[in-house]
Amino acid sequence: MPSLGADMEAGTIVEWRVHPGDRVKRGDVIVMVETEKGLVEVEIWDEGVVEQIVTLEGQKVPVGTVLALLRTDGAPPVTAASFPAPLTGPARPALPQATPTVAQVTGRPRVSPVARRRAEELGVDVANVTGTGEHGAITKQDVERAAAGAAVPTPPAPPTAATPIAERHAAMRKVIAAAMARSKREIPHYYLGTHIDMSRATQWLVAENLKRSVPDRLLYSALLIKAVALAVREVPELNGYWVAGAFKPGDGVHIGIAISLRQGGLVAPAIHDVDTLALNDVMRRMLDLVQRARTGVLRSSEIADATITVTNLGEQGVETVFGVIYPPQVALVGFGKLTEQPWAVGGLLGTRPVIAATLSADHRASDGHRGGRFLSAIDRLLQAPEQL
Amino acid sequence: MTNEAIKDVVFRALKRVAPEADLTTLNPAADLRDQLDLDSVDFMNVIVAIHAELGIDIPEADYRKLASLEACVAYLAAHGA
Repeated sequence: MPSLGADMEAGTIVEWRVHPGDRVKRGDVIVMVETEKGLVEVEIWDEGVVEQIVTLEGQKVPVGTVLALLRTDGAPPVTAASFPAPLTGPARPALPQATPTVAQVTGRPRVSPVARRRAEELGVDVANVTGTGEHGAITKQDVERAAAGAAVPTPPAPPTAATPIAERHAAMRKVIAAAMARSKREIPHYYLGTHIDMSRATQWLVAENLKRSVPDRLLYSALLIKAVALAVREVPELNGYWVAGAFKPGDGVHIGIAISLRQGGLVAPAIHDVDTLALNDVMRRMLDLVQRARTGVLRSSEIADATITVTNLGEQGVETVFGVIYPPQVALVGFGKLTEQPWAVGGLLGTRPVIAATLSADHRASDGHRGGRFLSAIDRLLQAPEQL
Repeated sequence: MTNEAIKDVVFRALKRVAPEADLTTLNPAADLRDQLDLDSVDFMNVIVAIHAELGIDIPEADYRKLASLEACVAYLAAHGA
């Protein structure tokens, strides 16, 4: 079970998309998993043949549990299917944390990364904790109970995959609460803001869209996202994670897009390698990502590995965003409403379409001077929209 | 195409973007984006879906003429649907 976010502890298998004997390749969706953030299509990062399905549909298992066994090409021993690394580090090794093996299923108890961190915080030795998760895995609650010296409850009955909507919203609210509380508790935020003249960007966009057919048109938010991606390449200490007391740079520029869900709640899935994508591709992926986020299913790689997040609240009429960083990321870029503003250039006052860009950044990883350079870079890039 | 058939096309496009919405309660004269809480990305996906089904190339400057359900149907009917 891959970790699909810093605070994920467990997931429920909803539907297998592969069967024993099926051949899979990197990027294939092999299983649908339900998490607190909704349904996720989990992709695989190896090539080979599915040997055995270990975790069955309807089972809820902690992060790190073996879901299936895969026979990789040219390798006789069966290995556990590997997934992208959890959000405890930026690297994406071929196999995540302690590579789960068949022996591990009956061997020492598994401990979710969240539980392990909690155990460290509370000074609890996990060897002395009784796990109540699937196959005796140790959850955060088990660690907290052990710390409090409380009795271990009987394991709950396995839930069904189709959780009622109200329950799912409550669960999502809890996940957001945990992440945001952790952010405000642990991350020393600093905030910078600037106003950006968007007249060149909007004029270019209008002219460009006149030449384009409906499906190929651009929205200005695609320009903002691409500008952020190029700007963060110039200030790489804003792109990555704060993990175990140190900054770990991202393995690419994966921009998380904060998407509010109409039924309530928020997800911030990533568009990968935005700095290397053509503007048209950024736009296409944004349309696709927003639609999938709001109508159902995201993929595991999109959920787990954003290296910096962009939130655009302008359409809600917000002038300026003062964002909360999504841990373990170290920066969040906010954009407000695009409005006509009085704007003085060369001693002359006119009006321009203006947008407020803000940066919330982790002061452990970067300083205001570099944050300022980042905002200036976004401004500079938006003055040459044709080059984005 | 009848207005009813055009309305079905618009409903299908809206359903793709907001499957949870109860379109039977839509006020046909009121703003679609307000009623369904659609942002510009959602609205673009609606226009793309309408375009895919009807092949009508709606200029960006005309998007505001598609603000309500009534307006959408009238616009599409007037532009060859």
